[in-house]
Amino acid sequence: MTLQNRDSGDSSVPLLEVEDLQVEFHTRAGVLKAVDGVSFSVDHRETLAVLGESGSGKSVTAQTIMGILDMPPAVIAGGAVRYRGTDLLGLSPPERRAIRGQKISMIFQDALSALNPVFSVGWQIAEMFRVHRGMSRREAKKRAIELMERVHIPAAAKRVDDFPHQFSGGMRQRIMIAMAIALDPEVLIADEPTTALDVTVQAQIMELLAELQEESGMGLILITHDLGVVADIADRTAVMYAGRVMEQAGVFDAYAAPAHPYTKGLLESIPRLDQKGGDLFSIPGTPPDLLHRPSGCAFRPRCRFRTDECLTEDPPLHDIGGGRGSACHHYQEVLDDAER
Amino acid sequence: MTQSGERGPAPSAEPVLEVRDLVKHYPITRGILFQRSYGAVQAVDGVSFDLRPGETLGVVGESGSGKSTLAKMLIGLEGPTSGSIKVHGKDITELDRRGAKRMRRDIQMIFQDPYTSLNPRMTVGDIICEPFEIHGDVLPSSERRGRAQELLEVVGLNPEHINRYPHQFSGGQRQRIGIARALALRPSILVCDEPVSALDVSIQAQVINLLIKLQKEFGLAYVFIAHDLSVVRHISDRVSVMYLGRFVESGTDTEIYDHASHPYSQALLSAVPNPTPVGRESRQRILLSGDVPSPADPPSGCRFRTRCWKAEEICSTDDPELTVRPGSDHPSACHFAEGPLEVGGPR
Repeated sequence: MTLQNRDSGDSSVPLLEVEDLQVEFHTRAGVLKAVDGVSFSVDHRETLAVLGESGSGKSVTAQTIMGILDMPPAVIAGGAVRYRGTDLLGLSPPERRAIRGQKISMIFQDALSALNPVFSVGWQIAEMFRVHRGMSRREAKKRAIELMERVHIPAAAKRVDDFPHQFSGGMRQRIMIAMAIALDPEVLIADEPTTALDVTVQAQIMELLAELQEESGMGLILITHDLGVVADIADRTAVMYAGRVMEQAGVFDAYAAPAHPYTKGLLESIPRLDQKGGDLFSIPGTPPDLLHRPSGCAFRPRCRFRTDECLTEDPPLHDIGGGRGSACHHYQEVLDDAER
Repeated sequence: MTQSGERGPAPSAEPVLEVRDLVKHYPITRGILFQRSYGAVQAVDGVSFDLRPGETLGVVGESGSGKSTLAKMLIGLEGPTSGSIKVHGKDITELDRRGAKRMRRDIQMIFQDPYTSLNPRMTVGDIICEPFEIHGDVLPSSERRGRAQELLEVVGLNPEHINRYPHQFSGGQRQRIGIARALALRPSILVCDEPVSALDVSIQAQVINLLIKLQKEFGLAYVFIAHDLSVVRHISDRVSVMYLGRFVESGTDTEIYDHASHPYSQALLSAVPNPTPVGRESRQRILLSGDVPSPADPPSGCRFRTRCWKAEEICSTDDPELTVRPGSDHPSACHFAEGPLEVGGPR
């Protein structure tokens, strides 16, 4: 299975590629490496899930790709973000703006605070067309209504002049999605798009994203902490921990036989029926303080496969075949450990 | 009734908590000096259940279903509009101030957000000892710090950290502090309102394990409110599904998860993503249309009928009762309650 470059004509250039990205925060207490050598890529029609807990660096990675990172305090210390082969990090602000929103766009977790409360939703969607496409107000509004229909907002023509607070959480997220897809981007980054929503609404939104991807063929980067959502829609997953990618694999492979102890631990801590009422497996300890990252492997203090090697040698992302990668010295042992 | 072995209630035990027809309506008023009410938000509208020692009742529902209002009434933070809550046979809604204060020793709460539910200016010791300050006759002041240290140990924290402040702890550890505080007065009932949803996945299991351990150790009864259906199934003996202020279905965990008979429960279960990609192409999912109606103006008859694919004439006129219907083995509030659909969901 070739996991990369599935759809593009030129097989050497992925649609979006992040390579060895390093983002630091310079704080009074010291330098905090929020993203420490992250690499992944996404292609047309592909859904990459970036899975991680709070503090794993997944949102900082997304903000760096989008170019909306607050600098300072953040500093991009190295690496590249390539869109069709062009390194975005080297572009001037106007060049960057031409890509942001048009080629790469993003939806956020909290739609209420991402929308402007004093403008109608129609005005905010239409703004995309007025600013980027130079359309007249009337034309832009017409397009806004079409977009609202495309994301299945009932009675779009009537609701186009309503304000964000007049919509429910799920409808607001639909409006965010409408704005994000307005200019037919090739890459959509969804940062925890359903975390603030109820499960029945979450199912509606995930269905909508899948449908839009089907129609437009865009690449989707889904940033989430929810193992269920990843299992549901992702093609591939990159599991992040303490600013690193710990494992990269096709989603079927990763769930069937995880190759990193952290992925394995996450999957094992999902309650299963035969454990009912008993002890759940849990990963001991807590994620590391990034200001005081443990020596060697960052996951070592919580790991049951650790050896002396893990204390001194920081494992690189080993290529373990089948398009998979694992940042663990003992990935073979983890793969073989078929306890689950 | 429970497959959980040593856990679970003794079948004949007297209920520690009996809730009957509990109603909470918040009036919607207009005017400042002369307030006139014109309607009410029906947050909780007729909820009944029993809870026995050592038993866990899971309550699942989406936002706006009234599950948090229910929790607030159980611990006496909100007075019910009508209905009764009996703790050890005594109706707490009829108690005077003094009686209510005594009752609160028996029923304590664990909150969702471990960041805002602990006072940042108090040390952990002061936080855990505060229940003893309020209920001064429980423990002489000389023994309080020692008890606080014992409690820290019970919840898996280092007793030497008694003089630290909440910000020096991680989210999971803070939730443990909240649990220690709730245990201080040796309650028989703990109301847990989304106790793990603010925590990271790898930490959630630790806190769930702690809650189960404490239940075995102290014979606690839990009302466990959450939206994570797989966590609820893991910890609960019985589960009730809540929609717009009512229980629409109640049963043991297998009855609800494997044989859901109410359309809303079926939709809710099918909406939860399965934590495995295997078979995802063939999964059937019930996608509900629209949003939850406003609890200020719930639909006539069955409250779910506006989003239900089975709704017929009778649903808009007759409010279905929560009762066992033919062909099913547990109570369900649907005229057309029937056996399980083949839907996905956490099994």
